[in-house]
Amino acid sequence: MKLNKTKSSKILEGDLTPMIDMTFQLIAFFMLLINFSEVDRAEEITLPVSELAIPPDGRPDYQVILNLEPGGNVIFEGQRIPRIDVMKPILNQEIRNADRENVDKSNIAVIIRSHEDTPTGLVQKLISKCQEAELENFVLRVQEKIN
Amino acid sequence: MKLDTEEPEEIQLNMTAMIDIVFQLLIFFIMTFKVVAQEGDFNIKMPMASGPATDIETEPPELIRVLLRSGPEGIINSIQVDDEIETLTFGPDPELYLDLTDYIEQKLAGEGDPESGYDTEVEFDIDYGLKYRYTVQAIEAVSGKVSGGKVKKLIEKIKFKNKADEQ
Repeated sequence: MKLNKTKSSKILEGDLTPMIDMTFQLIAFFMLLINFSEVDRAEEITLPVSELAIPPDGRPDYQVILNLEPGGNVIFEGQRIPRIDVMKPILNQEIRNADRENVDKSNIAVIIRSHEDTPTGLVQKLISKCQEAELENFVLRVQEKIN
Repeated sequence: MKLDTEEPEEIQLNMTAMIDIVFQLLIFFIMTFKVVAQEGDFNIKMPMASGPATDIETEPPELIRVLLRSGPEGIINSIQVDDEIETLTFGPDPELYLDLTDYIEQKLAGEGDPESGYDTEVEFDIDYGLKYRYTVQAIEAVSGKVSGGKVKKLIEKIKFKNKADEQ
């Protein structure tokens, strides 16, 4: 068999430009959509579903997100607080933090993310604790139902 | 003067390092990306009952009391509606939320004022053990209804009965 030795071996150089373009576009897409501020959102909470809930209209001046588990544990800023009764010092601290940002406590939005199986009595108890700290704006957060 | 007629060498950038980094970034973003369902809100303004009275005397909104009664295992059993004129009970059939929406709609229509929804308030009195999802369904039922893809708003002022009032 005769081997073809005359062919010179060349380095194949494909045009990488379209691939790099696409890759950069993908990176830009993910960078825009990524949200690092999900600490307040406890993943273990399954929110009740509603089709009439209003999507949040911007971020309030100051917000306190309280995640409530069915057993009565409150998850606040990634920390699990075993009882609603001990919430008052935490709420007072939040009021002081809001005050430092010149936000009056009447403008603090308390966002309650309660699990769908939580007894409503516990939700009311949490609201009462917040009322004791003179907080009055409550937001019941639910998952939007998409038809 | 002698001109340099030699052709310049083609400069080739080594892209390997950049592509490596770019792909690592891409993998990082793909791995950390989470698809999160859109969330919505129900706003409730509930000042403390013993709070300072406002100077401006305003006519209190018409109050409809909605009592959510729990059955075994925290499932909704019945809904009672009390508007200080009559008391109605819906349930335990599964259509009780639709009955509640129809009642609210008729109530507002009866008042003639299309904006009466702003002056009517619903106060929920809920059994302790009722699962939260049933409460949200009831809030949804009084807040509005979806018909033909359009949302019709009903009641905007919603509050929970302060259990401390009973003590």
